[in-house]
Amino acid sequence: MNDKHLPLWEVFVRSRRGLDHKHVGSIHAADAEQAMQYARDTYTRRNEGGSLWVVRSADIHASQPEDEPSLFEPAEDKIYRHPTFYDVPEDLKL
Amino acid sequence: MSALTRQAALFEYVLRLGDDALINGQRLSEWCGHGPFLEEDIGLANTALDLIGRARMLLSYAADLEGRGRTEDDLAYLRDERQWFNVLIMELPRGDFAFSTARQFLVDSYNYFLYEALQASTDARLAAIAGKAFKEAKYHLRHTSEWMLRLGDGTQESHAKIQQALEEAWPYTGELFEVDEVEQQILQAGIGPDAAELARQWQKKVGAVLAEAGLQRPKEVWPQTGGRQGLHTEHMGYLLAEMQCVQRAYPGQQW
Repeated sequence: MNDKHLPLWEVFVRSRRGLDHKHVGSIHAADAEQAMQYARDTYTRRNEGGSLWVVRSADIHASQPEDEPSLFEPAEDKIYRHPTFYDVPEDLKL
Repeated sequence: MSALTRQAALFEYVLRLGDDALINGQRLSEWCGHGPFLEEDIGLANTALDLIGRARMLLSYAADLEGRGRTEDDLAYLRDERQWFNVLIMELPRGDFAFSTARQFLVDSYNYFLYEALQASTDARLAAIAGKAFKEAKYHLRHTSEWMLRLGDGTQESHAKIQQALEEAWPYTGELFEVDEVEQQILQAGIGPDAAELARQWQKKVGAVLAEAGLQRPKEVWPQTGGRQGLHTEHMGYLLAEMQCVQRAYPGQQW
């Protein structure tokens, strides 16, 4: 018995038609077919959803915490990017 | 002409199906907390719960058919060994993961074709139960077929273990297709499928998976049988003792 872990997969569940798939967690599995079965067994046993995606965790490219200042801070002082400067006409139905 | 009425045969038949499901579920539930890894542990427990849920529907129905005021719980917890009618393959000890997988694959293949056919039963309640059970059986079979391929076509060690497990379980499969007075009555009344046809479908499916997994189909040997008459292996008493001990120690206890 080797103690090497099976590859890690990220699981996404769509709770209802029309909504987005949401990340719910991860599982270990040997391949996509098995990942699908374990995702089903682990994350949909309480009726959480009707559609599943599984993605090899290794295939996800994530932003790094040390890049945070350069990636996200520049957006902080650009409040004019929010659509809050427009006067909404009174008779406009939102 | 047979003395067995339709009602009596139906009761016996539904009880057999219920016993098969409950004993198989009980055995499989022994893996809870002992699975080879967390994901498979959850998967096995899910299947066990499906089987126990199926047993509840079938045993409640059997209790209604009997009409003597017994409940599903009475049938599950207050019957002794000789009053159980599951086939022997369900009660065999869980063994190692290879054995549990091989047994479950053989049983899932049987359940798949059985419940597929039972959806067309002339008995409406049984057909409704079969509708639900068939969906589960389809998933169970997918899960265990995958494992047969994975282990059969895996390492030398996994191949040897799953082949050995198949050899051990095989002599118990003939009993699944046995025909007696109850089965005959059930077939005539259009309640259940023809066992010979079930056996053909089962042989074909099992043969295909074994071939793909590179496994040898075990030779036909003298079939182990007796469960439908209430004659069990020595393992059954221990299983019942564990399953029934709380209700036996504290009769009528609820929580």
